[in-house]
Amino acid sequence: MVTGVIAAQALHLPHVNYTTIMPELILLGGMLVLLLVSALFKKGLPRDFYASAVVGIGAASLIASLVLYHDVAAHGSFTAIAHSIDVDGFSVLFLTLVSCITIVYPFFAHAYMQREGFEGVEFFALPLISGAGAMFMASANDLILIFLGLEILSIPLYVMAGMDQRRETSGEAAMKYFIMGAFSSAIFLYGMALTYGATGSLNLAEISAFLSKNYVFGNGVLLAGMGLLLVGFLFKIAAVPFHFWSPDVYQGSPTVATGFMAAIAKAGAFAALIRVFMASFPTLASDWQPLLWVVIVLTTLFGAVVALVQKDIKRMLAYSSINQAGFILLGLQSDTSKGIGASLYYVFIYSFLILGTFAIVAIAGAKGDAIHNIDDLKGYAKSHPFLATSLAIFLVSQAGAPFTTGFLAKLQVITAAVEAHSYALAVIAMVSAAIATGFYLRVVYVMFSEGTGTKNALSSGKEIYSLSPLGKLNISPWLFTGIVLCLSVTVLFGFWPQPLVDFATHARLLFR
Amino acid sequence: MSIAPSWYLTLSAVLFSIGVIGLLIRRNVLVMLMCIELMLNAANLTFVTYSRALNDISGQAAVFFVLVVAAAEVVVGLGIIVAIFRRKAEATADDVHLLKE
Repeated sequence: MVTGVIAAQALHLPHVNYTTIMPELILLGGMLVLLLVSALFKKGLPRDFYASAVVGIGAASLIASLVLYHDVAAHGSFTAIAHSIDVDGFSVLFLTLVSCITIVYPFFAHAYMQREGFEGVEFFALPLISGAGAMFMASANDLILIFLGLEILSIPLYVMAGMDQRRETSGEAAMKYFIMGAFSSAIFLYGMALTYGATGSLNLAEISAFLSKNYVFGNGVLLAGMGLLLVGFLFKIAAVPFHFWSPDVYQGSPTVATGFMAAIAKAGAFAALIRVFMASFPTLASDWQPLLWVVIVLTTLFGAVVALVQKDIKRMLAYSSINQAGFILLGLQSDTSKGIGASLYYVFIYSFLILGTFAIVAIAGAKGDAIHNIDDLKGYAKSHPFLATSLAIFLVSQAGAPFTTGFLAKLQVITAAVEAHSYALAVIAMVSAAIATGFYLRVVYVMFSEGTGTKNALSSGKEIYSLSPLGKLNISPWLFTGIVLCLSVTVLFGFWPQPLVDFATHARLLFR
Repeated sequence: MSIAPSWYLTLSAVLFSIGVIGLLIRRNVLVMLMCIELMLNAANLTFVTYSRALNDISGQAAVFFVLVVAAAEVVVGLGIIVAIFRRKAEATADDVHLLKE
């Protein structure tokens, strides 16, 4: 018999400490102001204004994130707003990362829109909403907030996938992304409901406290809930066997949007995944570790092998990012603080790699954003030495070459796996990395080989950018700055990794 | 006389399964959208049932957030569907098949 009549209680509003969610507020507020200002002018405002505004908003949220970082470093981690927001090294790392992605993205979006002749504020406003969602996912201490963050992150991305109205494939990508995204959100939500039923709370810390005090007898509901939460996250990060949407979506979306999507969706989803499993389910590690073991083996090997046979570079990069997701999971699977630090470092540097890679692929795609066969890149190094060299650096870094950020990232996650005594997993990951080197180097080889691609990408790029002050490079100053930003992160922290490693290490120390 | 919570939980599990199966086997995009709604509402029913059984308000609060999210999702989803199928006679997922290897 049910006796539960919920007693009427006076409504107590929690104290809201606005500084703890300042980066999110800056992104959302900036987005609203941007939309409002653009609506006041009948013909809209120039692209330069929008792009500079987004860079400024991103910089403001970066400063707010660093202020929070200072707070955490000085006073330790704490929770705010009725314990639903965590402010710790972990959340601050992701706030910083998302702010950086928001700063870099408009450089590429500006160049892309200039070439395609697109107008409008949407391509600049939507990423701000997505960024705020990713930030909420990273700092949430409550499953409801993680779910809301997930949706705030995803819904603008569905729209961005379908922004290119001229190509039918863009609409198709949007629809596939939407259906699969909504499907995974619904699975995640049901997992949330079952977890709530089994533990009596949606707060991550309370779930963990309940599980450490009580032995759940016959914990089928709890395991089902945890499993469905995991499936929801694996969908978002495109891990095998929940990856099937990602090649189509990556290929069909406007290339610049693909880069942003790959960076921000991975950042947000990995932040929430790591936090939920480390903060709420540490006592159930013996249940989720074997699941992740299987997923990692499938993800790394499948991603690497299928990428080998791709002809379209965007599809190839989609499978390559599936492979990379497996590596990031490797750190979580080890369930040690060293492994978590390695995963955080990996997510951080991968965001810049993938943004830069897709930016150059977008430029090579020529006007219309349609030339994406790998063979079309033949002779690219001769016609565009700067772009080709940059792309080569991004690709070999993803392959894990020394003196780039990718090397240390791979080394750290594999070391973490070895230290956790998962030798088989470490060997499988290394084998997949060796296979992956094949398809990264293939692109580099094609670019630096003689001859011209069937429809050499660059002819149309030249006409568009010949007016720019950087005429010799044939690319717009916006694009140049963006690529240099991504490159400097990749190369600088490849040679001098200590600050970033410390940042990631700090993140796991302050993380409860 | 009141009905035991397990009945509601079973019902929501059945509704959720119908949603999953429907999404996987039906080809009409609008029906797929309805299946997603069914899955979200099954989760809502689970939330409300547990909220009552545990005598805890946060499950009911979650439902309000889910309703808002579901509405936002439908707005964007229908927008995308309209944008694609303006040029086509029928809204079936099989018509959308350009992206293959």
